[in-house]
Amino acid sequence: MSLYHYASPQHFYPLAGKMVPWFAWLAAISAAIGLWIGFFVAPTDAQQGEAYRIIFVHVPASWMSMFIYLVMAGYAGLGLVLNTRLSSMMAQALAPTGALFAFLSLWSGALWGRPTWGTYWVWDARLTSELVLLFLYLGYMALNAAIEDPRRADKASGLLALVGVVNVPIIYFSVQWWNTLHQGASVSLTRAPSMAAAMLAGMLAMAFAFWMYSIAVSLARVRAIILEREAHFDWARDLREVKR
Amino acid sequence: MNWGSTAEFFAMGGYGFYVWGSFAVTAACLIAEPLLVRTRMRQALEQVRAQAGKHETAA
Repeated sequence: MSLYHYASPQHFYPLAGKMVPWFAWLAAISAAIGLWIGFFVAPTDAQQGEAYRIIFVHVPASWMSMFIYLVMAGYAGLGLVLNTRLSSMMAQALAPTGALFAFLSLWSGALWGRPTWGTYWVWDARLTSELVLLFLYLGYMALNAAIEDPRRADKASGLLALVGVVNVPIIYFSVQWWNTLHQGASVSLTRAPSMAAAMLAGMLAMAFAFWMYSIAVSLARVRAIILEREAHFDWARDLREVKR
Repeated sequence: MNWGSTAEFFAMGGYGFYVWGSFAVTAACLIAEPLLVRTRMRQALEQVRAQAGKHETAA
């Protein structure tokens, strides 16, 4: 049995069902650890006081909003090139979760901006490009919903997803390319993080929790999408949960 | 330990509105989304049952 076996919606459906609880538990456990560190271990920030604790949702949500977009575009591209049904379904399953994290990034950012910058919103490069990311997700979902034939919808929305990838490096590097109100990266791959170890640990635990949550919820969603699109096939009718 | 009392914990050094506003909305969204997915799954199963019903009357 090869990996291609699970590229068919029919075979991926039960596998996804088995994986969901595992990722959900990983998410719950790491969220509990992350929240504990974030509120009880990480010290008060010398400059921002307790307001900085928003970082434990803001940074992980922002990371996930960008990362999910890349994964979604990857699946959409795979669907376009190889014409595999499951890839496009995966892309569709990821979009609402990505949109949610983009919204949470903007929401928590606004609530962080108010006490530290004195404003909920400013049209600066980082904030604006993150807002564009939210609109890309919503546009992708709207396009999928607007086109009746699912295979044509896959093609059109897949193209939109791929074109939108350009926005992700713009978000990431916006704080270097433009003079923004938003601060630069506190954590990067090329140098030591500029924050206390406990703060970093809490942030990474929360990021891991959001990551596992995203996998769990999109696998659960792709199962529903598979059924919606394959409802007329015998294998779907023969499922135990269909027969009851 | 950062907090002397529960009240101090909820006050968040005067930033309670901003900190809890972020965490509460995040928590609400991450609870609501799986519930929406569950509803969608139930509807998808109904859809398959409806198709199966049609199939049987045709046969």
